[in-house]
Amino acid sequence: MKDQLKAIAQAAQESIGAAGAPAELEAMRVRFLGKKGELTAILKQMGKLSAEERPVVGQIANQVRAQIEEKIAEKEKQIKAAEQKARLVAETLDVTMPGKMPALGHKHPLSIVLDEVKDIFLGMGFDIATGPEVEWDYYNFEALNIPKEHPARDTQDTFYITENMLLRTQTSPVQIRVMENKQPPIRIIAPGAVYRSDAVDATHSPFFHQIEGLVVDKGITMADLKGNLFDFAKRLYGEDTKIRLRPHHFPFTEPSCEIDVTCFRCGGKGCPFCKGEGFVEILGAGMVHPQVLKNGGIDPEVYSGYAFGVGLERLTLFRFNIDDMRLLFENDMRFLGQF
Amino acid sequence: MVLSKRWLQDYYKLNVSDKQFAADITLSGSKVEAVEVEGEGLSNIVVGRIEKLERHPDSDHLWVCQVNVGSQTLQIVTGAQNLKEGDCVPAALDNSYVFGGKHIKKGKLRGVESCGMLCSLGELGLTAHDFPYAIEDGIFVLGDDCDRTLGLDIREAIGLNDVMTEFEITSNRPDCLSILGLAREAAATYGDTLVEPVPVVEPGEGDVNDLLKVRIDAPELCYRYVGGVVKNVKIEPSPRWIRERLRACGVRPINNIVDITNFVMLEYGQPMHAFDLRYLNGGQVIVRTAKQSETITTLDGVDRTLSEEMLVIADADKPVAVAGVMGGEYSGIMDDTTTIVFESACFNGASIRMTAKKLGMRTEASSRYDKQLDPRGCRKMLDRALQLVQQLGAGEVVNGVVDCDCSDKADFTLPFEPDWVNNFIGIHVSAEEQKAILERLGCKVENGVITVPSFRNDLRHKADISEEIARFYGYDKIEDRQLSGVANAQLTPVQKLEKLAGETMRACGLSEICTYPFISPKYYDKIALPADSELRKCVTIINPLGEDTSVMRTTMIPSMLETLSLNYNNRNPSAALYELAKVYESKGLKELPYERSVLCIGLYGANADYFALKGIVEEFLGLLGLADCDVEPLKDDPTFHPGRTAEISFGGRRLAVLGEIHPQVQSNYELGVKTYVAQLDFDACFALCDLKRTYKQLPKYPALSRDIACVCQRVTPVLLLKRTIKEAMGRNLEHIKLFDVYEGAQIPAGMKSVAFSLRLRAADRTLTDEEADAAMKRAVKALEALGVSLRA
Repeated sequence: MKDQLKAIAQAAQESIGAAGAPAELEAMRVRFLGKKGELTAILKQMGKLSAEERPVVGQIANQVRAQIEEKIAEKEKQIKAAEQKARLVAETLDVTMPGKMPALGHKHPLSIVLDEVKDIFLGMGFDIATGPEVEWDYYNFEALNIPKEHPARDTQDTFYITENMLLRTQTSPVQIRVMENKQPPIRIIAPGAVYRSDAVDATHSPFFHQIEGLVVDKGITMADLKGNLFDFAKRLYGEDTKIRLRPHHFPFTEPSCEIDVTCFRCGGKGCPFCKGEGFVEILGAGMVHPQVLKNGGIDPEVYSGYAFGVGLERLTLFRFNIDDMRLLFENDMRFLGQF
Repeated sequence: MVLSKRWLQDYYKLNVSDKQFAADITLSGSKVEAVEVEGEGLSNIVVGRIEKLERHPDSDHLWVCQVNVGSQTLQIVTGAQNLKEGDCVPAALDNSYVFGGKHIKKGKLRGVESCGMLCSLGELGLTAHDFPYAIEDGIFVLGDDCDRTLGLDIREAIGLNDVMTEFEITSNRPDCLSILGLAREAAATYGDTLVEPVPVVEPGEGDVNDLLKVRIDAPELCYRYVGGVVKNVKIEPSPRWIRERLRACGVRPINNIVDITNFVMLEYGQPMHAFDLRYLNGGQVIVRTAKQSETITTLDGVDRTLSEEMLVIADADKPVAVAGVMGGEYSGIMDDTTTIVFESACFNGASIRMTAKKLGMRTEASSRYDKQLDPRGCRKMLDRALQLVQQLGAGEVVNGVVDCDCSDKADFTLPFEPDWVNNFIGIHVSAEEQKAILERLGCKVENGVITVPSFRNDLRHKADISEEIARFYGYDKIEDRQLSGVANAQLTPVQKLEKLAGETMRACGLSEICTYPFISPKYYDKIALPADSELRKCVTIINPLGEDTSVMRTTMIPSMLETLSLNYNNRNPSAALYELAKVYESKGLKELPYERSVLCIGLYGANADYFALKGIVEEFLGLLGLADCDVEPLKDDPTFHPGRTAEISFGGRRLAVLGEIHPQVQSNYELGVKTYVAQLDFDACFALCDLKRTYKQLPKYPALSRDIACVCQRVTPVLLLKRTIKEAMGRNLEHIKLFDVYEGAQIPAGMKSVAFSLRLRAADRTLTDEEADAAMKRAVKALEALGVSLRA
């Protein structure tokens, strides 16, 4: 009987080792371990053995069973591994083929730049204010030191609704509206649409956007204007950006200035884009004129402030190297999809 | 304003390069737009003398010249017929450049060697206005106003070497629209004070009062009028120094008298006018407002009808000029003019601006006058003109001037407050330095008072003074102060919702667009809006660029359809777009319109259909906590397909209209595909939205699934069935989803089969089959009450 068990063990080792597929392996299990299997057949004869032999043979039989089971398990693992390997080979893809793109929508380039500007100013503690686009002459002009017949009205050709109602030509009227409704400290930006009677071409549009800014508090000086807007320029264009304040004139700020930043095409070396100056203008600013503070209901003897205005289209054209403003308002998918 | 360097140097000498000057004066407040050097494109052209002139052996019109150019004598062939031996001419040598970039090289003309080219005025970029004695269709023969040193660079020889600096002058600084104004700024930029010239007129003959009488009838519109008379005028070209200064400033030389008025205008910034005394009836100048329907033929030959608020210069019986705008045709300077009146006047700027605008004739004069000039300059300018007349020998100045002065003669003063300036700007500039800066600009500073010069009517407040200090101290020297204080900014609730809307739209695959808020009123016809629609009552621009942009939109649909149409016609196979913008609801002319925020969505292309559109709208409303909206078919909106359009509302408030565009409207927009548009009232969405979210525990107990299929009238809305089932089944109905709508075989005509899958679950226990079945029974009963039967 011991020899028979050894023979079974031997046969099992060989035939299991030769099995190549899960089905063959299962056949082996039945053949050796099944209810009608070879090992079971031997064990059924255990009764014929003497009481002394029985535990010895029993132990051997258990060992043989364990060996066979182990062998089968091992073989099973091998077969699965081989199968998996084969499947992985078969499943190989051309990973360079294009992906399945979900249809994502695109943000308009003006919004991309506007959101960036908003984020910068929110981070600097500026709230975002709004005002109407159809505005009273008073807010758009009169309260900003631009009375009727002021020559500055020539440079802002205005669309009128009535003699006193117009499409705002600038976001500056929001300054007055904010001051009327809030006592200092004020720190806001006011982005929005503005309108001027300019014929459409590559650099003009009768509809465009500005971002107004207003800071009013005790002790605000041009040094604050310069430092804060310098910060803004650096956050928008990078740490290496230089800023230049150039005197200018706006009726509602005094002193007034335009702010130039290092030309982003040439880095300040001078190129055709910046007309060799190394700087390009990005915004106008100034100390809020004391009369304008008064018009907004704020005492200029106690408070002072600065204001600025940025042209969003200009920033956007610069940012994306877009050479024709009309593209921004045509909204061709082939254009929008690039951003 | 163009500044001639030559002219500037008459009054202030620059010690820096042109480029440096441009940079410096820009930073002190006068912005340089461009710097141009006269004759820059010309090279290797020198003065030569024709030593010998012979006919070309093989030509009947060419000449062979021996030209002495100083160092050598060159043979040059020319086709011009106006030369003689001894003439001095511009000779372009071998390898030279003439005007327009033309390259001149040695060559042969009909076999005869020519070592260059003799130049005409045109080849130097000039006209006969610049050298009136020269002809334009021949070689420029240099006159005795040129330096005829042989071999001298032609630019130097004829004075074609000025440097022109073009400035952008802001509207508050009309004083800088002049050579002297810019000279003052230039001097102050370098810490110097301009020494102003004082014009001196030599005594002449007679008395001006015998020839000219002046009366101002409208002192509120004409502050001062100064007149002078010149007799025995000799009209002739001006000398070169006048011509070249005018040329550099972009003014064409005409004749000595006209040139003098232009010269004084450029030098001092105030326009002048010259009348022929013959045409001043009664030798009388009356400055008055026009009579109703009075007419004048202006210098440009146009008959103009004046109105009563316009200021005119009149003689005893008729207007001879529109004051400050343009002279009359018949009173100007003619070739036979013998006695002239020079006018140096100061008018009300706003009045001039209004007149010029009304007459549609913005002239060089009016654009200066409308910025309000300085009455105190009038006399000085007239003297300068008379001085030039004497200097040029252009006529005999009659003694004296007629000076009608109605102007306010009080000085304008401001307190001198150096500490306030320092605090306002954030600088530390000593009182002495501030005083020095102000004095360089023409202010007087004494005993704590600043007397502002009369030509600086922009200095009216201490803030204005602070700018003068700041710009000459240097904006670049102001420190950069860092942000301080608390930064507690955040988006407002509506701004947060706008952000969410954009993010959601883009996540749904829509791209953002930006369209003009003004549209054509015809667009309302294009979207088939009824003639009596409220939406046609829009805010109308009274002076639009054109009809296409003449009214503020009351609906976003035309803008969206225009954009979809553009994309379709640009052959983009599909488009999925959104815009969050405004419509403008008129509230009459006494109140500002209501600017409503609207979210507009537009689709066409392979994946676009009604349900794709509705899905996007539902996705968005779901995020706003408005999933449980009412949806009604909208059959009577002519923009849309009557059977494929819905109105979505919540609590009785309309939130959106969405649907397929009516085929007629589609074709109006040349859209060859089905197009879908939704318009959401963003303000209403904001008012109703509920963005609060509370965590609901994940289910602990198993769910049961059931399907329910019923047959109903074809017109029965699925939403009704869904709501009925939901209501009947109660809170254990966790989820209900439409999975099939079927019409056809096995279903009676006019009916449809609708199937939902349901998921039931109790939050606190395992739901039993019996409970689920009971719920199903309730649903069936409720459906039956609607006349809807279960599908067999």
